[in-house]
Amino acid sequence: MPSVTLLGQALVSGVLAGGLYALLALGLSLSWGLLRLVNLAHFALALLGAYLTYQLGHAFHLAPWVSAAIIVPLFFVVGMGLHVVFARFRVTEFTSLLVTFGLAVILESLIQWFWTADYRRYETPWASASVRVGPLFVPVLESLACLTAATLALGTWAWLRFTYVGKALRAAAEDAAIAGAFGVNHRRHAFVLSGISAAYAGVAGTFIALISTLAPSQIWVWLGVVFAVVIIGGLGNPVGALLAGFLIGASESVTMAVAAPAWAPLVSFSILIGLLVLRPERV
Amino acid sequence: MSGRARLVVGALAASLALGLLPLVGLPAFYESFLYLVFHWVALATSWSILSGYAGYFSFGHGAFFGAGMYTTTTLAAGYGVPFLATLPVAAAVAALLSAGIGAVVFRVKRLRGELFGLLTLAITFVLATIVLNTRLDGGPGVYLSNVPLPRLVASPTGTFYLLALGLAVLAVSAAYRVTHSRLGLGLFAIHDDEDVAEVEGVPTFAYKLAAFALSAGIAGVAGGIHAMFVSYVTVGDTFSITVPLYVVLMSVLGGARHWLGPAVGAALITASLYAFTGGQQALLGRALVAFVLIVVILLLPEGVVPAVLGRWRRRRQLRWRRGSDRSAQRGAHPRPSEVPGAPAAVAGLESAAAPEGERLHESSAGAPAGLECRDVWKAFGGIQALRGVSLGVGPGEIVSLVGPNGSGKTTLINVVSGHYSLDRGRVELGAVTLSGRPAHEIAGLGVSRTYQIPRPFAHFTALENVALAATFGAAGGAPRDARAEARGWLEFTGLGRRAAALPHELNLHERKFLELARALAGRPRVILLDEVLSGLNPAEIASAIGLIREIRGRGVAILFVEHLMRAVLELSDRVVVLNEGEVIAAGSPREVMRAPRVVDVYLGKAHVVA
Repeated sequence: MPSVTLLGQALVSGVLAGGLYALLALGLSLSWGLLRLVNLAHFALALLGAYLTYQLGHAFHLAPWVSAAIIVPLFFVVGMGLHVVFARFRVTEFTSLLVTFGLAVILESLIQWFWTADYRRYETPWASASVRVGPLFVPVLESLACLTAATLALGTWAWLRFTYVGKALRAAAEDAAIAGAFGVNHRRHAFVLSGISAAYAGVAGTFIALISTLAPSQIWVWLGVVFAVVIIGGLGNPVGALLAGFLIGASESVTMAVAAPAWAPLVSFSILIGLLVLRPERV
Repeated sequence: MSGRARLVVGALAASLALGLLPLVGLPAFYESFLYLVFHWVALATSWSILSGYAGYFSFGHGAFFGAGMYTTTTLAAGYGVPFLATLPVAAAVAALLSAGIGAVVFRVKRLRGELFGLLTLAITFVLATIVLNTRLDGGPGVYLSNVPLPRLVASPTGTFYLLALGLAVLAVSAAYRVTHSRLGLGLFAIHDDEDVAEVEGVPTFAYKLAAFALSAGIAGVAGGIHAMFVSYVTVGDTFSITVPLYVVLMSVLGGARHWLGPAVGAALITASLYAFTGGQQALLGRALVAFVLIVVILLLPEGVVPAVLGRWRRRRQLRWRRGSDRSAQRGAHPRPSEVPGAPAAVAGLESAAAPEGERLHESSAGAPAGLECRDVWKAFGGIQALRGVSLGVGPGEIVSLVGPNGSGKTTLINVVSGHYSLDRGRVELGAVTLSGRPAHEIAGLGVSRTYQIPRPFAHFTALENVALAATFGAAGGAPRDARAEARGWLEFTGLGRRAAALPHELNLHERKFLELARALAGRPRVILLDEVLSGLNPAEIASAIGLIREIRGRGVAILFVEHLMRAVLELSDRVVVLNEGEVIAAGSPREVMRAPRVVDVYLGKAHVVA
């Protein structure tokens, strides 16, 4: 049995790693829960954002927050553009999965074309910076990602809860026809939400570039874990996605410390399976 | 020669020709390429047996493929079992794994669609983690290079080619058999509306389990062969996202609801991936395949094979109709159109002659029997929907069940038909206890129902909808007889001319009557009519009342839930009034309607303002 300090350290790094999961899960959860679109291309967009951050930083020496200021609005427009296609062809929940898978493969090929399959690492002075709290080390970048995820999750929650557009989106997710009969312009709001979802992929991408090593195939690495986070958090529930991200991150990290790193996926997926089988009505 | 015999002979000849190919001395490169084609044909076809036909989209095909792969690897490399002997074990392990998963998962009603997909994907990752961390693999991967390969033909590539070809032929013929059997018909019904399928008599749980096990078993063998083909097995490659995603793409591209669709999709995708090999070109090829996939899904959502077949049929029909116009004087009738993507078990058969009139006047399956509900209780959470309801309907009797909305009428129908289990009490049909049995058994014993809001199977024509009930209901005929029977019931309800129409082409009145025809086709002893008259105009109501009288004349016990008092008074032998889950009055229509409590419930009580 590892020491208390080690367990504490595992817990802290796990929760912080969970912030990144939550960041990726946010956009996915929104489009799935409120637009009934399962967007596999979300992962590809996030990775594209990461590569763009890397490229802008590496070739043009732009600071990551400057890159983010370019990438995030750009992705907002991309997301709206994607929704033009979805709306034009009346893509359903299931076909969205297949179409966005195709899109993800195209983006993966594109990334590999420009940046090759070699690993890329965006070296920054903050990469290894950490703050010492008692016996524990708290990495700065991960904390920042975590904080961003929390801010976005709470902001999105408030937006959905208190603004007209947010309420209209939730009403349309329940029943688009009835919401339409009450004057909700679902189509226009859907464009906004799709844009926001893609913009969140951009935010996640910036942090991925700063925190992890990049390879085109990483698109598929995130898939399983982030889907688990989305489902556990509840579709269309930003705060749920945040908490689920922390839960999955912490459980993975503690498993790695207690057992072996290779056992980590077992925990998150067992949680997902158990939840689906025992409490399917929650999803 | 009939179309079916032609198909069988053609398929045999093609398989034989392909089987002889290695003897010609094909370059190894082509044999390996063809191995991959047939490998994917087998995998994609096996996937569609559950996921395409029944609509349970699984992203866990990699788990069964991987289970087969590691079974063969462990047995052959670890224990020296001969390679070919490991293949049946690989099939069994994969089938058992799927049956175990299905036995748990298929009991949970919400686990359909994308949730089932994610669940199976998660199971794949769990399985991969277990294999990675145990002696099955342990991390570094396993070599099979020391395992002797039996030589079916001179070259090893030829041997692999033959194995994959054999499995592909097996998979496609299994798919053909399934789509042309009761199992396939039931799976197609599950795809459209599982609850209704169960109530119409389809043993949904057993069918899903059987389809899942068959599907996984074939994938297991494919995995076993592939383990030997790659000769170095790793967890990363085996359980990657490739297998589950490719089988979905291939099936959807070719047409997941058609027995040949996945095979065509697999051949198209494998060939186009192979056309671009090496470096940047492979990258381009993959992107191109993905792009084609997007275009096909957006433009041909039902898949290539049904789209092509549909176009071909329409053209043939057009020619045929032109011909029949000329011979119209000679009394030719156009054949009802067949709909692409419709279940082949029904659509594939030639339309049988209309049944002779007297068949309809036979009594229902088995001897007439009455329905008896004794002290039935049912609660949903804190809401007590039924509080000790007792009522009986004798053979040839019409008992009306009336009461305000929310009084428990539809709940009672759902309890009798077995859709809900009851908390206390008993439901009996003659001497047989119905309560506690699954809904499909209750349907088989002779209980059928209609839905207040019609719930036809969306991809079935009117005729196929009724034929399904005739196949699985108490009458329980072979699909061909069922079709003749169904035609009779469509005539009976006045829908004879609409036999080939899909439900969305019918108006409300026709859909309501389709519900009725479907309920009758099972040859029920008890029929539960849930507001069949609501939404109909006076003329339609009059014809419906006439039909219900005729049904009663055959000795069927009718429980008639209705708000329309005119019809209740006109038809019923007895009336039972339900309020808040309790029977508050029962007896002849006139006396019940005058009972003070009934008047209170319907018209409201004169309250004194305090």
